Amino acid sequence: MWGGGGGGAARAFTRALGRWRAAAVPPGVAGGDHAALSIQTGLRGTLQDYCYEIQLKSSSTLPEMKSSMLTVKRLFCTSHSSVDSKEMKKFQHLAHKWWDEEGEYSALHSMNDIRVPFIRDTLLNTSSNYDLGSPLSGVKILDVGCGGGLLSEPLGRLGASVTGIDPLEDNIRTAEQHKSFDPVLAKRIQYKFSSLEEIVEESMETFDVIVASEVVEHVADLEMFIKCCSQVLKPEGSLFITTISKTQLSYVLGIVVAEKIMGIVPEGTHEWEKFVPPEELEHLLELNGFSVKTVNGMLYNPLSGSWSWMESRSVNYALHAVKSGAQGQSSPTDALSEMGSEQRSATAGTAL
Amino acid sequence: MAAVCGRGLLAPLGGRLWAGPRVPLRSVAATAAPLYDVVVSGGGMVGSAMAAVLGHDIHFRDKKIALLEAGPRKDYDHMPDSYSNRVSSISPGSATLLSSFGAWDHVCSLRLKPFRRMQVWDACSEAMIVFEKDDLDDMGYIVENDVIMSALTKQLDAVADRVEVFYGSRAVGYTWPLSSHRCDTSPWVQIELADGRRLQTKLLIGADGHNSLVRQKAEIKNIEHQYDQSAVVATLHLSEATDNNVAWQRFLPTGPIALLPLSDTASSLVWSTCHEHASELLAMDEESFVDSINSAFWSNINHSDFIDTAGAMFRSAILLLTPAGTAVRQLPPSVAKADPESRVMFPLGMGHATEYVQHRVALIGDAAHRVHPLAGQGVNLGFGDIECLARHLSAAAFNGSDLGSLRHLLKFETERQRHNVSLIAAIDVLKRLYSTRLTPLVLLRTWGLQATNALPFVKEQIMAFASK
Repeated sequence: MWGGGGGGAARAFTRALGRWRAAAVPPGVAGGDHAALSIQTGLRGTLQDYCYEIQLKSSSTLPEMKSSMLTVKRLFCTSHSSVDSKEMKKFQHLAHKWWDEEGEYSALHSMNDIRVPFIRDTLLNTSSNYDLGSPLSGVKILDVGCGGGLLSEPLGRLGASVTGIDPLEDNIRTAEQHKSFDPVLAKRIQYKFSSLEEIVEESMETFDVIVASEVVEHVADLEMFIKCCSQVLKPEGSLFITTISKTQLSYVLGIVVAEKIMGIVPEGTHEWEKFVPPEELEHLLELNGFSVKTVNGMLYNPLSGSWSWMESRSVNYALHAVKSGAQGQSSPTDALSEMGSEQRSATAGTAL
Repeated sequence: MAAVCGRGLLAPLGGRLWAGPRVPLRSVAATAAPLYDVVVSGGGMVGSAMAAVLGHDIHFRDKKIALLEAGPRKDYDHMPDSYSNRVSSISPGSATLLSSFGAWDHVCSLRLKPFRRMQVWDACSEAMIVFEKDDLDDMGYIVENDVIMSALTKQLDAVADRVEVFYGSRAVGYTWPLSSHRCDTSPWVQIELADGRRLQTKLLIGADGHNSLVRQKAEIKNIEHQYDQSAVVATLHLSEATDNNVAWQRFLPTGPIALLPLSDTASSLVWSTCHEHASELLAMDEESFVDSINSAFWSNINHSDFIDTAGAMFRSAILLLTPAGTAVRQLPPSVAKADPESRVMFPLGMGHATEYVQHRVALIGDAAHRVHPLAGQGVNLGFGDIECLARHLSAAAFNGSDLGSLRHLLKFETERQRHNVSLIAAIDVLKRLYSTRLTPLVLLRTWGLQATNALPFVKEQIMAFASK
């Protein structure tokens, strides 16, 4: 485990590597540890620069690092990680503010008023089971980056079996505690302290729906994130993403107004560089076996504190994509297989 | 496993960031008291209807609802032949609400009296106003309160799997959750009943009348005012059978007297007057009581020449402008007898809660607002509250929201306060305006009433507002 080497050693390692792309944080490390590591700090750049590679052979020269590599599965798990440790640090100190509806996360609370109906109605339209009493019963949903469970709980109340994952342990703890008081939710929702890559091996094609709301603008490697989504999703399964577009308008509204002027989100929450324009997201999805069905623009009104749909996708948008049915249809599956199980990465033969 | 080792190795370095479990991850006392999604406190007309509406709502199919009623369960299967003295004027909007969950059919199969016309006139002048719908449709219905309760009880029984009714259960204490984002204590409202039982709920709806305990315990300020009037109610029998489909109300200086039709031979009396006169009315023998009623409606003793002349002039002026602007004042049917034992009085007052909602609490009906019966709006305002709150709760349930969240409760409050405040204020103003003999005010209200009567558009607006 990286953390085992201690913060000091990690920093020295980073400096020593210099122009190397630094080792990413393997999945499963607690959020708090990353502050001590902050390995990527010197390497800001475009989205591609966020693809870190673990040079396993080279890093094994550091005995401390090697001794902390405790689980074999880590070696096979990923060459990339979608978890960005600096992002996690930002959310660490807000881990207990999730459920204050008037607090730092108030915009996310009110976003439920449009994102839950969006998910619910899309799924109701596609399924033959039109049960208004429990619209999502029988649906298995994965909420990636669930945070304090703000979106998992409404989906659970609508009848779905939700698995919420988050790489920050305090978030999971908050979420667990909040759902523990409601016996119905406690049964329907499972929280796992994990990143997406970690659950891939045990959850191949287990979920009907993946929801990644306000997450992709915080991940380190978007393409790998999408590939992992594809792996855990059943064929014909749905992927829902809400995120912020990368335009001048989104900079003005999303960073300047929202963070600096009106304080709708805490300052530093978002970085414009990491925003994902819808065209790029659609392209990446199509490349990786998804077919994009809907992209709708969203707009936040800070005066009323409410969200609404909008034609233009230049600020926020919500996207619905469906994983294509048959396996091995196109070249992206080669890339997929290297993320897969141990057998797959051993036999596929594609190295990074 | 790796995480554990990582934690152990990191502890000396990242101790500050890894403080360990801050609070125990157990659900506090959640296993002790049963948890409901909604608890309605108060099993009167408004509380029972609220529980029934939610119970019949499709988005509440998986939810658990409880209704707390301090009184015993009443058997409404056999309606007595004689009419009850407590009746309500049900507006078309309220009738729509009751039919939305099947209660109105029961009411119709029991008994009710639709009325098509309402005549309201002054005792101090000739001014009067007549309300009726263009198409001579029913303006409203006079229904005994017992009939409504019978219908509601039947519909509650129909959804007994979702709505649990606790009879003989008075709530004595409410404990509110701490501020909403603290995660370590129970986030639900705790209710303590008189017999020691406890309940928990995600949303508490207070429908426990104008002395609402829910409102008191929630420390919601109530603007209230006791009128110096009591209402005397009685069931009356008319001298002769008539097409009894008009509601009559006359504003006496001591207070309005109203005759509401129950059948072709019977009507219900609601006479608001000062406390002393009310006690006298109760103490009188039947013949004097009937005489007082008839003379209250027929006598012109309060007229003055000045007002009569001024009124007549105004009426001619109106006739010039709108020839159809006035109608002939009719006289209500005369009363022959009053049902023995049906004479009762109760004090009147006005009240309005400054807030209808708080986190996990909502007030409806008389708990939120109390009005003078002169406009026949009391229970209709309550039914209007139910329609609005149920609509917002249903949408919230379909969105998977936490039912006690202020976000949608505030929308209910805004919508209802906008409607209620103007109506309550208007009723209060009317009450005060018509409680005096002072000539300037009588003149003002005479001309005002005549003018309003001549403007069909204004009357339509009034009827539409009152029948929502």
